[in-house]
Amino acid sequence: MQRRTFLKLLGTGVVLGAFPKASWSGVPVQGRVIVVGGGYAGATAAKYLRLWGGSRLEIVLIEKGTTFVSCPLSNLVLGGSRRIGELTFNYAGLDRYDIKRLHDEIQAVDADKRQLVLSDGDRLGYDRLILAPGIDFVYDGLPMLASAEAQAIVPHAWKAGPQTVALRQQLEAMPDGGTFVISIPKAPYRCPPGPYERVSQVAFYLKGAKPKSKIIVLDANPEIVSKKGLFTRAWAELYPGMVEYRPNSQAMEVDVARKIVKTEFERVRADVLNVIPPQRAGRIAQTAGLANIDKRWCEVDFLSYESRVVSGIHVIGDAVSSALPKSAHMATSQAKVCAAAVVALLAGNAPDPQPVFANTCYSFVTDRLAMHIAHVYRYDTAKKIMLPAEGGGVSERPTEQEGQYAYWWAQNIWSDTLT
Amino acid sequence: MSRRLAIGLCVACCALPTGVSGDDHVRVLAASCAACHGTAGNSVGGTPKLAGLDRSHFILQMQSFRDGSRPSSVMHHHAKGLTLQEIEQLADHFATQPRLAGQAPRPLGGM
Ligand code: HEC
Repeated sequence: MQRRTFLKLLGTGVVLGAFPKASWSGVPVQGRVIVVGGGYAGATAAKYLRLWGGSRLEIVLIEKGTTFVSCPLSNLVLGGSRRIGELTFNYAGLDRYDIKRLHDEIQAVDADKRQLVLSDGDRLGYDRLILAPGIDFVYDGLPMLASAEAQAIVPHAWKAGPQTVALRQQLEAMPDGGTFVISIPKAPYRCPPGPYERVSQVAFYLKGAKPKSKIIVLDANPEIVSKKGLFTRAWAELYPGMVEYRPNSQAMEVDVARKIVKTEFERVRADVLNVIPPQRAGRIAQTAGLANIDKRWCEVDFLSYESRVVSGIHVIGDAVSSALPKSAHMATSQAKVCAAAVVALLAGNAPDPQPVFANTCYSFVTDRLAMHIAHVYRYDTAKKIMLPAEGGGVSERPTEQEGQYAYWWAQNIWSDTLT
Repeated sequence: MSRRLAIGLCVACCALPTGVSGDDHVRVLAASCAACHGTAGNSVGGTPKLAGLDRSHFILQMQSFRDGSRPSSVMHHHAKGLTLQEIEQLADHFATQPRLAGQAPRPLGGM
């Protein structure tokens, strides 16, 4: 590692005394593992590498932002029952794990040399690299939405943060009797039930504040992607007459200034327009040549999450190509399988040949009522993929009790990921 | 960070041999329960702590989630997806985890 990079790592203020303990004292480290991306997947991987790998690993976490904003619960900001600041954290809770934290955006991966190229051109070597790049938006079909100016008018709000707040402000400014239009991309996208939870949250707000308003859902999919029966019933019972659902309605064109969406069938005018664009693995996965499936998602070995294209590089979280739901819980479960496998591989052992883990997604349909979909996933040795085990399923109906549990799910996964 | 937790975590990771597949299987599975039950079963609240639960109590609860004799909001969907052997391994795993205070990260607030 070059001196400047070393200084940058020190500059994060996290390393004092903790910095390269092992390498300084001359004790050979078993290897350096670099994790790129500090979302649910990346932060969890860094923590569990330490828990399971012990002190002989050198662990570096590289993340461009200094704050973590949770996508789970962020739809409640649109509904008005949460503020984004309640979902925003820093990374200080991970400092106790002796993780070297670098807030930087990497330029490239040099897989042959097993090095990363940092923003200023410095290089950082690794023994194993774990990429948790999340998603990027694909604007090929909707180039008019690619700019920051366009997104100020038509936000995606599909990465929690300023756009979530902007969309909430637009809803607050909308007159009673206005129309909220949401465009949902074809699956796979981040958080399968998320768009429908968003519809429910906007309906919750409008029912209370602007009851003459309407919601039009333009879904590129042939039907509601997740918890279909539950959402359909919740909209009919809680928000009668408010939500119009239109399947097979992919956004083909957007008139940004006039907030008009064109589908194959119609032109729909909105007062507040939310277009969730199609998605693919985050930028660095693309530039490193890992996104081999449809040029969008990364194919991995589900025993270790090592890329099927480039050895020594693992990919976890939403960027992975699979039939697995792109959820926060899933991202943390993949991170744990990956961390255990990396520890095993560096010690010369084989990873667990049959990983099993749990996944749950809660969705809120009001400020208090929530429902779940939950499955255990099990590795299928013949198909070499993770498949849902028998016995999983969805809630019978949304309840206040599950609203409480969903809130505590968030508290516990934040704790597990960030402390 | 509380001193107790630091020591607890250290014990937890030193006590477990690394890189052994059989252990990894239950350890990773158990860790996937953390989204609701906290790291190493030390829930920050709302859900039961699993750390330090009596082995037979644990197995009985999981069996009654499976057969429906204990009504549950979500646990039946998890318990039914596990093998009996995994339930026993999970019971052993959680029984040996030290019971600690859960650590909730503090939101930064604002906006
Ligand atoms: C989505 C959240 C969630 C996940 C994931 C989850 N649990 Fe639970 N667990 C709960 C809730 C909520 C309860 C209370 C019963 C209920 O309503 O389902 C509970 C109760 C339990 C209990 C009963 C404890 C007691 O003393 O009464 C056990 C044992 C348990 N869970 C084990 C597990 C194990 C093992 C896993 C991982 C394989 C797991 N849970 C994953 C939410 C979860």
